[in-house]
Parts: sequence; structure tokens; C-alpha cells
Amino acid sequence: MAAPRIIVVGGGLAGLSAAIKIAEAGGSVDLFSIVPVKRSHSVCAQGGINAAKNLKGEGDTTYKHFDDTIYGGDFLANQTPVKLMCVAAPAIIDLLDRMGVPFNRTPEGLLDFRRFGGTLYNRTAFAGATTGQQLLYALDEQVRRYESEGKVKKYEGWEFLSAIIDSKGIARGITALDLRTMELRSFAAGAVILATGGIGAIFGKSTNSVVCTGSAQSAVYQQGVYYANGEFIQVHPTCIPGEDKLRLMSESARGEGGRVWIPRNPGDKRPGKEIPEAERFYFLEEWYPKYGNLVPRDIATRAIHKVVYENHLGIDGQPMVYLDLTHIDRATLDRKLGGILDIYEKFVGDDPHEVPMKIFPGMHYTMGGIWVDFNQMTNVPGIYAIGECDYQYHGANRLGANSLLSCIYAGFISGPHALEYTKNLPAMEGDEGHAAELARQAELNAGLLKNEGKENPFKLWRELGDTMTKHATVIRYNKGLKQADEKIVELLDRYKNVSLADRSQWANTSFAFARQLKNMLELARVIVQGAVLRDESRGAHYKPDFPERDDERFLKTTKASFTDSGPRFEYEEVDTQYIKPRRRSYDAAN
Amino acid sequence: MANKTVQFEIKRQASPDDPAVWERFELEWRPGMNVTTAMMDIAANPVTADGKPTTPVTYDSCCLEEICGSCAMRINGRARMACSSLVDNLEQPIRVEPLSKFPLVRDLQVDRSVLFENLKAVKAWIPIDGTYDLGSGPRVYPQQQEVNYPLSNCISCTCCMEVCPQFNEETGFVGAATIAQVKLFNNHPTGSVLKEERLRALAGDGGIQECGFAQNCVEVCPKKLPLTNTISDVSRDVLVQKAKDFLRG
Repeated sequence: MAAPRIIVVGGGLAGLSAAIKIAEAGGSVDLFSIVPVKRSHSVCAQGGINAAKNLKGEGDTTYKHFDDTIYGGDFLANQTPVKLMCVAAPAIIDLLDRMGVPFNRTPEGLLDFRRFGGTLYNRTAFAGATTGQQLLYALDEQVRRYESEGKVKKYEGWEFLSAIIDSKGIARGITALDLRTMELRSFAAGAVILATGGIGAIFGKSTNSVVCTGSAQSAVYQQGVYYANGEFIQVHPTCIPGEDKLRLMSESARGEGGRVWIPRNPGDKRPGKEIPEAERFYFLEEWYPKYGNLVPRDIATRAIHKVVYENHLGIDGQPMVYLDLTHIDRATLDRKLGGILDIYEKFVGDDPHEVPMKIFPGMHYTMGGIWVDFNQMTNVPGIYAIGECDYQYHGANRLGANSLLSCIYAGFISGPHALEYTKNLPAMEGDEGHAAELARQAELNAGLLKNEGKENPFKLWRELGDTMTKHATVIRYNKGLKQADEKIVELLDRYKNVSLADRSQWANTSFAFARQLKNMLELARVIVQGAVLRDESRGAHYKPDFPERDDERFLKTTKASFTDSGPRFEYEEVDTQYIKPRRRSYDAAN
Repeated sequence: MANKTVQFEIKRQASPDDPAVWERFELEWRPGMNVTTAMMDIAANPVTADGKPTTPVTYDSCCLEEICGSCAMRINGRARMACSSLVDNLEQPIRVEPLSKFPLVRDLQVDRSVLFENLKAVKAWIPIDGTYDLGSGPRVYPQQQEVNYPLSNCISCTCCMEVCPQFNEETGFVGAATIAQVKLFNNHPTGSVLKEERLRALAGDGGIQECGFAQNCVEVCPKKLPLTNTISDVSRDVLVQKAKDFLRG
């Protein structure tokens, strides 16, 4: 008998990687995605992908990549999977190269590499400043090839609603919603791989795409899957503040020599270009002479917060600092950073070749995520998680250009493992819970459509985003975090009175959004409560009241499980068998 | 400035079978505001300028930074991306309609899957042997990379197809975006293995000869792909291929 089909949810780098491996090994994939997979959020990744190929004669090694990643993540990541990922990285770059990714080249026709944050080596392969887009397209093309051979079936425009878990606690499929016809259906599968990305929408405005709501992660968390290290949220130091989102200005801008500064005189009214060198405060270079502008993101973000909110030196009194590329020649900028410079010019109206960009930190990446074992399987047999939605590779802070790598690597681990797993799966008995799960989802849908109340889901969402951004990003206090939790509980209560302005059953986007919102609210509690409990500072999680890392109490993975009264927390030992935890500091020459 | 507003007129259509109607909206202006922000504002307060309750607008959007290709629509008559359309640069009232050349789903949402089908038809991929470790890829010199990279920046927004006078049901023309991908993959050392098949796929009805060289595509492309030059290059390759196939009999 043929092995059962495998469902992959999400068509970004991770999901496509898993689909390719399964199809290549002879398996059959049903690929679900809210958007056509070529439009997935991975397209937004800009700067590059890390691999210690040592093509610049610097003596880089995969072990140094491993050490930088563990150290950059403040020792919270389990070391075994990170080590294996770093070892696999050079071959992954070669594969992407063979797939036709138009990486930048050296004059000899070899791959070019550049610097990125948290390392001293040129370790980042890149395709201009649109590396994520180019990688996604390469994988999308390979999946299209398998699709035309009938090995992958795409369900684009379908949203995952829940897993189907049988009476023995084993995953047997999913329920999903057709976002056009609003049809609710169940799909059988031997294994379900979630590759559903980050949770930026929980913070209202972020660098994430609008589909990055965390709804799928939250749905399975509410069905019994552990959610780990939820409190670790990366705030990227350099974003363009905007009305609808915070647009990323890649770390590669600094990798290519971009400098961050502010005027030394508070409230200096002159345009940036007219401020003489002596009156500029290059605070990252001054405070961190060894890494300079390329300190890891958590460090750079806190430094910007400090100059703006403690030293009151923001540009013209506003919460913004300069990211300056104007000293670099135009041809180099266009060749290596063209994509992001176009974005800045289009959305701000200034030409970054000519004037320094104005930037500020913004919510960017979800280090925490679904708890998985070293094969990417969750605690529910048959459910896997890969990519940004897992918690596995970045500890307390992710290094730039490691996310594209972790997506592809986790996809490559999960796919073959899932295929093996399904071959030994006991046969289904009866319908194994399909009818019951469909009925539960149908009831939720009907309730939402009938609801008569006064609350608008989009307004509730804005309130959620405001409170999360205020209390659960760069600087955290227990008092504020508890206020945020109270606010979320209030929003959950008001959610019961959500009334939809659109009750139709055709391409009803507010209905889909309202379903996501409930899941966002449940997951938001995991983030803020996890942060309250972690009385230390580690990586991106910073509490002024507990400024030091506390390995004795908190060198542990946070694991949240769902109960009707909110998340319940437990802690798990971290695998530190290769590198002994040491103090993390980028200021001295260590 | 506090009460400055922005005027919108949005074409609404509840489903392909329902009649289209225009609705007016008056929204609060904010600095840097774009057309997608306006859609979000309407969702949070779905009321027309006349005070009538309505439904949130259905439209495609994802990244909001003009890289995913989702939010293409007609804004003041021009096909463009809603996220990078800043209201300060647009004449008001800002008239927003769906793309006209694709099957309508609802409001501003259309079905553009034809592009992805076209990409299948021309085998827009590199036929690699497998994903296991087979060593490094072929050498590519920077000069070649600088030709290929711009072609690889196509975001599949379909604006080039929307504005093309030849892209219609009568001709069945594949459109500029697909032709650009043919050139991209034919240029690649491994991709060129399928070059003949790709060129033949562009040789028949709906193929490259349908292009009337109106040059609208290159003007409207948000990523500035060199579309007309590319069509010329691929046209020549298709002709050469046709001649070869003819001589081979």
C-alpha cells in the first residue's frame, strides 16, 4: 500500500523545502497556503543566508558559525540541532546555487559573501538585498516542477483551522477553510507539517506580512501542542516606521558598511547631511568597538532605545536615528543593496544614496514557537513544525541571515522523517475524529457569523497590537506585562461580542480575520505570561529590574501548554553539551 | 492638519454574479498613508462617506512592501501595487478598481492563477538531479548575474498582462512576465537544457508572436524588468528554433 499523503501547511522556505524532500523521496504532498506560495512572507527576507564556506581566506569554520549562533542566542538554543544545521549549511548554499538562485558573484564567478551581525566573518551569501525572494522563487520553481508531475497538490487560498487528532492522540489530518467559497473541509494525512511562519500581527505593526498571525500555531497549541520560549521576540534595530507596517531595512546595509548615528546636540535642526562629522555620535561604534555597527540585533535595538529615550538624542526629538550609506559609492550600493534602497525611496520619498535614512526598531522575528524534538516533531505524534513557527535554532536572539538557513534545514529534516513516520503508521480506525473535528469547527464558524454584538475585530486587533508593542517588546517590566495580560483577558471577553459587518459566504475576509484574532489573543497570553515568569535578562528578553542572565534559574526552555484558564508553564533543560555557557558581551575585545 | 481627509471611490462587487457599484469613502489622512492603509481603515470602520454601513473591502495583500506581488489593482486608471501607492502622490478622489483582465472574485480581488499555469507550461525551473549534496553549482560571472538578477525580480503581480492590449481571451497571449522567465531559465547553464522546449512552448498560438510591441508592459512594471528587450531577444530565439525545427522536418 502506498504511504499516506503528507500535509504541509505554509509555502514559505520551510514548507517548500519539506515538500521538495518528500516529493523527491516518492511521497505525495498536499500543500496548503493562505496565499499563492510564491507570495509567502519569505520573500521579505533581504540580506542573505549564512554558511561557513570560508571563501574569503579568513579561516571560517562551521564550528565558528555554530559558536556564533549559540553565543548570539545567549545559550538558550539546544546545541545539537544548531550544530547539525551549521554543518549542513555549506551544502545547502551549493544546492540553492544549483537551483539557479542569482547569488552575487566574485570576479572569478564564485559565490560572494558579506558580513552580518554577530560575527566577524564574511559568512553571508546574498542575491542583492532580495535574498529571501530569490530563495523562495528557486524552491517555488522546484515545487512547480513536482506539481506538474503530480507529486505535489497545492491548496492555495485555503486556511488551516485545526489538526485532526484521533482517540489515541495521533494526528490524522487537518480541517481547513477555502477563503473564496468559505467551504469547510477535512483532509486526511499521515503527518502534518506546520510551516506557518511568525506571529508579527500579534504586535499590530511589525516587519511581518499580514498573513503572519500565528493563528495556526495557536490552534494546535490549544489542541495540546507545547509552545516554547514564547517570550523571545526579536525587535529589529533598523526599520522604516509606517502607518500600516514597519518596513525592514536589512542588516546587510550595515554589513556593507552602513553606519548608525545621531546628532550629538539634542534637537539639532539641520538635515543629516549638513551635520559635520565631529557633531555626529556613532554610538554603536563607540560603545562596541570590535563589532561596531554589526553587533547582534538585540544589542543594537537596546542601544537605539537608550540614545532616544534615555539620552533624548533622537533626530529632531523624534524616535528615530540615522542609518547612513551616503559614503559608499553608488554602483556598489546598487549592486549589493538595490532592492532595499528602492523600498526606502518608494515609501519615504528620499534617496538613500544621497541622504541618511531615518530608522527605528520594530518587531521582526519570533524566536519562540512550537516545541519540537530534534526531528521537528511536536509532542503530538504526526504533527511537525518547521521554520519560524518552531522554536529550535535561535535561542534568545537570532543572528541575521540564520533564519533562511534554519527554514530550509528544518524543512529538509522534517520531510524525510515524516515520510518514514507515515510508513509505520497504524491504519485508521473509523473516521479517527474527522467528523467530530469538522463539527467543532462548523460550530465555531456558525457562532461567529450569528454573533450580535458591538465589537469590531479589526479594532480589537489594534488594541492588542498597541498593548503588546508597549509592554512586550524591547524593555519589559513585570507590572506592564501583567497589565498586558489583563488587557488580553479583557479583549478575549469582548471578543465574545464580535459582530461581523460582513456575514456573506463568499471571499469574506473579515470572517477569516476574526477566526485568526481569537487565536492571536490566546497566543499573546503565552508571550506575556512567559515574560513575567522569566525574571532575568537574556538575549532579546530584557528586564531592567533583572538586568543579568541567571543560568541557575533560567538556562531552561519555557514550555507552555493550554488550559481553559490560560497557559500553564513548565521548564526543560537546555542541551549545552558542546559549548559551555559563558558571559555574553560584545563591548570588549573578547 | 488634524482633520485633513482623503477621498476614495472604490468599485465593489460582492461576487462575479452581482452587479458592480461604486462606493465613496472619506478617511482620515495620515503621513505616509498608502492605499492598503485605507483598506485597513475601512475594515475597522466600514461606513461610506454617506454614512451607510458597508462591508470591509475584499482585496489581496501580504507583504505591504512591494515584493510579494499580491496587491495589484487599478488606481486612478493605472495598474499598480496598492501598498506602494502613497495617497499624497495621487489625485483625489482616488478611484480604485480591480484588474480588468482576470476573473473577478470579489471587490478588488481577482484570480491571477493563469500566470502560474503559464510558468508550468514553459517549465520555468532548473532541472536539477536532486537535492542531495552534489557539490557547487556552475560558475556564473558577475556580468551574467547582473543580466539574470533583474529578470529574477519579477513579483508575478501581472501588471504587465493587465496593460497589454494583446493579453485577452482572443489571442491567449502568455504575457511579458512569462517570457521574461523563459529568458532567465534559458540563460542559466543548467536551465538551458530545456531551452528548446521552452521556445517551442512560446511558438504556437498565444505565444510570443502575439506581442504587438505596445511597450505598455515595460512602463508599468513596478520592478523595472527590461521586458521589451527581453521579448525581442526571446522572439529571435523562437524564430531560430522554428527554423531549426522546420529544417529538421
